[in-house]
Amino acid sequence: MNPDERSDNPEKASTGPEAGAAREQASERDGPAAVSRRWLLLKAGIALNGLVGVAMAIPIIRYLLWPVRKDAAYNSWVSLGRTSEFPVGETRLANFRTPWTRPWDGQTDHVPCYVRREGSAQFTVFAINCAHLGCPVRWFPQSQLFMCPCHGGVYYADGSRASGPPERGLFTYPHRITGGNLEIDAGQMPTLSNTAKLTNIATPGEEEGCSCRG
Amino acid sequence: MSRMKRIYDWFEQRLQIEGPVREAVLHKVPRNTASWWYVFGSAAFTLLILQVVTGILLALVYVPSAAQAWESLNVLNHQIPLGWFLRAVHAWGSNFMVAVVFIHMAQVFLFGAYKFPRELTWTVGVFLLLLTLGMAFSGQVLRFDQDAYWGLGIGVFIMARVPLIGGQLVHLLLGGPIIAGATLSRFFTLHVFIIPGTLLFLAAVHIWMVLKLGVNEWPMPGRVVHRETYIAEYNKLAHDDGIPFVPGAFWKDLVFSGAVLAAVFVCALVLGPSGPGGQPDPSIIQTVPKPDFPFLWIYSVLSFLPPSLETPFILIAPIAMIAGLLAVPFVASEGEKSWHRRPVAVLALTTVAVAWAVFTHLGMYTPWSPHMNAWSGDPIPVRYLREATPLVRQGAVIFESKQCRNCHQIGGHGGERGPALDDIATRMTPDQMRFKVVTGGGNMPAFGKNLSPPEIEALVAFLETLHPANEPPAADAAQRAIETGGGAPPPVGGHSY
Repeated sequence: MNPDERSDNPEKASTGPEAGAAREQASERDGPAAVSRRWLLLKAGIALNGLVGVAMAIPIIRYLLWPVRKDAAYNSWVSLGRTSEFPVGETRLANFRTPWTRPWDGQTDHVPCYVRREGSAQFTVFAINCAHLGCPVRWFPQSQLFMCPCHGGVYYADGSRASGPPERGLFTYPHRITGGNLEIDAGQMPTLSNTAKLTNIATPGEEEGCSCRG
Repeated sequence: MSRMKRIYDWFEQRLQIEGPVREAVLHKVPRNTASWWYVFGSAAFTLLILQVVTGILLALVYVPSAAQAWESLNVLNHQIPLGWFLRAVHAWGSNFMVAVVFIHMAQVFLFGAYKFPRELTWTVGVFLLLLTLGMAFSGQVLRFDQDAYWGLGIGVFIMARVPLIGGQLVHLLLGGPIIAGATLSRFFTLHVFIIPGTLLFLAAVHIWMVLKLGVNEWPMPGRVVHRETYIAEYNKLAHDDGIPFVPGAFWKDLVFSGAVLAAVFVCALVLGPSGPGGQPDPSIIQTVPKPDFPFLWIYSVLSFLPPSLETPFILIAPIAMIAGLLAVPFVASEGEKSWHRRPVAVLALTTVAVAWAVFTHLGMYTPWSPHMNAWSGDPIPVRYLREATPLVRQGAVIFESKQCRNCHQIGGHGGERGPALDDIATRMTPDQMRFKVVTGGGNMPAFGKNLSPPEIEALVAFLETLHPANEPPAADAAQRAIETGGGAPPPVGGHSY
C-alpha cells in the first residue's frame, strides 16, 4: 500500500485552489519570522523549560560532585596494632580498616601496608602501592627489597627507589604512637596527586624521605 | 485478501513503516561494494546486540555490590545452569567486538571512506570506538576480582597524574577515597546505562548516515574525490552500475555476522568464561595484575617509558591519539581513495598495527616483571654445580636466596628483567661483578647493604664459573700484567685469582 494513496490523512483530505491559498496564508502566519501570539507562547515555553532545567542542573551537579572532598574529610588516624607486634629491624605487612566505609564495601576496605621498625620508637609505614601505577609491591626480607609485579619497580628497605619505572620512592603514611599503639593517618588510595605533587618527585639518586599523607 | 495480509495491513496502516524500510533495503549501492571487505561494520553492530542481550541476561543474577559481586559471579559460573556459558559468550563477544571494531576502522581508513561527504560518519565512528573500549574497561571492573581491583588501581594512578585536578578526578572516578562499594556502583551505571545508551544512539546515527550518504564506493586509482562533483559522480555510479543493497550486498553481511556469532559461541564453549580470578581483597597481595586484552599494549608502553617522560606521555598521548583520529577526515577530505596512491596512509596503518601487535605480545609475557617465585622455585642446573667447590656452592645458594633469580635467568629459568647469566663470566671480570653487585646501576638495585663481604665473594666465585667450557672467562689484562711482574703477555685463558 502506498502511503500517498491513503485518504485517512486529514491534511491531505482537502485539495483544490482555495484550500491551497488558505494553506499559504496559514503558513505565512505560522512561520518563524511572524510575530504572533503562538510564537511568543512557544518561546515562553522554551524559556520556562530552560529555567527549570537550570534549576534541576544545580542539585544534580552538586549530587554528582559529592565524592570530591578535601583530604581531611576522608583521612583519620587508624591503629595498626600494638607496637610490640612489630620487631625491631624488620619490615612486616599490616592491615587496617580504612576509616571511610560503606556497609557494602566487602573486603575492599581492608587495606594493607608495610611497617618498618628501625628502632624502638622509629617506624616508617609504607603504602602497599607502587609509586608507578599502584600495583601491590612485595617485600623480600632476604634481599631487603620491595619488588613490584607489574612493571618491575624495585625499592630499597627504606622505601627509596632502586630501579625500574617509578619516579620516586614508596609513599609513606604519617604515623604516631598513642598508648602503645602504632597509628597512621590514612583513608585514601595514595597517588601522586594526593600524597606528593608532581613537582616534588625526587629524581633517581636523590630520593628524600617524604612525609606524605596517605 | 488473506487473513495474514489483513493483519499486516492493519499494522502497516498505523505504523507506516513499509515505505522507509523498502527505501533502505532497496537503495542502490555501487556493484563492487558488495564485497567481503564491507562486512565488518554490520558484524560490529550484530555483536553490540549480542552484548546487550547477554548483558541483560547476566544482570538477572549479577549483584553490583563490592561485597557480593565476586560471589554472584561464582554462582553464575558454578550453580546456575549454563550461567558460565552466558558469561563466556559475553566475555568473548566483548573480545570479538573490540577486534571487529578495530578491523572495521582499519578497513574504512584504508579505503578512504572517511573522505567527503562521510567525515561525520568517521567522527561518530571514532566515538563509537572509544565507547567500545569504555565498555571493555568498565566490564573488566564489573568482573570484580583481583585483576579488576588492581587494574582499576592503574587507571586511578594514571588519572592522578592530571595536573591540578587529578585528586578530584580520582574521587569522581572512585566515588570516594578508595576502590570500594561506591566505585563498583558507578562502574555498573557506566557499563549498563550510560555507555551502552550512548553507544546505541551513536550507532543509530552512524547507520543513518551510511544509509543517507551511501556505502563508500570501491576505491579506484585515479578516481579522485572533489567536493563539488563527488555526490553527482557517486549517484551516477550507484545508478549506472548499482545493485539493490538487499540481497546483493546484504547476504554477505548476514553470512559474516552469522559466522562471527558462531565463532563467539565456539570460543565460549571451548575456552569458557574469563574469571573471576582471586577475590577482590586488597590485603591479598600475592597477585600479578594484568589488564584484559584490549589494554595490554598500554600496560607494555608504560613499562618502557623513562621516569621523566612518564607523566607528560600519559597525559598527552591519549589526547593526541584521539585528536589525530578525529582530524583524519578534515585533513584529507578530498583526493585519492585508493591505497595504491596513498603510501603515507598505508605506512601509518602498518606502523600502528605492527606496534600494537608487538606491544600486545610483550604485554602477554611481560619480560620486565620480576618472577616473584623464581628464587624459591627454579633449580640451578646440575651441570653448573658438578665438581663445584664449597665456595661456589655457597655462592649458588646466595644467588637464589637473595632473589637474584627473580630478575636473572640461569639455564632458561628465572626473571627476564636483567640479562641471563649463563655466560656472565665471559662478559665481566670478577672485579666488575663485585662492583655491579655492590653498587647496582642501570636497572639493577645495589646490594652493597644487603650482602656481607664473604657473601659477595661466594657469589662472585659462583658467577665466575658461568662460562661455556670452550670459552675462557673475561680477565683484566692490566691487573694480570701487574701480578705476573709485567713481563711477557700471559697465557690466554689463564686467570690469577
